[in-house]
Amino acid sequence: MIEGTLVDAAFWLFAIGSVVAGFRVFRTDSMVRAAFYLLASFAGVGGILVLLGAEFLGMVLILMMAGEMLVMAIVMVMFMMNPAGLNPMTMVHQNRTAAAAGLAAFVVLAAVGLLGPFPDHPVPEPAAATEELGIELLGDSMLVFQTAGVALLSTMIGAIVIAGRKGRYGIADDGSEEPPLQPDEEPVR
Amino acid sequence: MSTEAVLLVAAALFGIGVYGVLSQQSFVMLMMGLELLINGALLALVVLWARAAGGNPQGQMLGIVFMTVMAVEMTLGFALITGVYRVRRADITEKLRRLKG
Repeated sequence: MIEGTLVDAAFWLFAIGSVVAGFRVFRTDSMVRAAFYLLASFAGVGGILVLLGAEFLGMVLILMMAGEMLVMAIVMVMFMMNPAGLNPMTMVHQNRTAAAAGLAAFVVLAAVGLLGPFPDHPVPEPAAATEELGIELLGDSMLVFQTAGVALLSTMIGAIVIAGRKGRYGIADDGSEEPPLQPDEEPVR
Repeated sequence: MSTEAVLLVAAALFGIGVYGVLSQQSFVMLMMGLELLINGALLALVVLWARAAGGNPQGQMLGIVFMTVMAVEMTLGFALITGVYRVRRADITEKLRRLKG
């Protein structure tokens, strides 16, 4: 009984924290802070995953996002104007339409979640979800697992190619312009 | 911790993500919106795995695929930001009038 109350309390803490942090991502001036708010939101979701019995997924989510958000903060500082949020600013377009669309998505999905008939078939206790996942990963779903690995590898190679200094038509820093069709023409712009 | 409550949280995260993706001008903020979308989807997936699918391990497998999608999206997003910045000096969507080049 006590345990159930504790789990409930932890769930609501994670849930409210996660949603509020997710909202604050788009309401703070500082982009670096936005990255850390997003990390907080992910940590909340990771906590809920652990409470639901998917310990492995929850911890992996937190670990992955901790690294990813640090990279994101570095990218912000490198490329974006005003990364520290010293000047108040909002950089949004079509704000009302976007807010309406977000609200509509929330209402529709919440209605599906609250009204939809879901089968009641919980994880049998005591759950050994991580062990089962390990056997699944190297058993029946090994092809999926391998495909994910190869997809990640090809993503890394593709990212290096896209972000490399050499553009499609020469050095990217020089503009990487498309050459003219005829030798004496102006370049196509 | 009822299934409905968790699905409500997932819907809220997804709704915030939709708002972020549609409204933000900065590329990185836009990607944060995308991350929130996948975050909400992952939460809904795991609660249905735990409560409606009886803890079938293939459900967790799908969760791992979701995380792979997250990582792929972030990596390619950062690469595209770097590439666009090199050629156009653009850091917000409004500065990109055309995609060619």
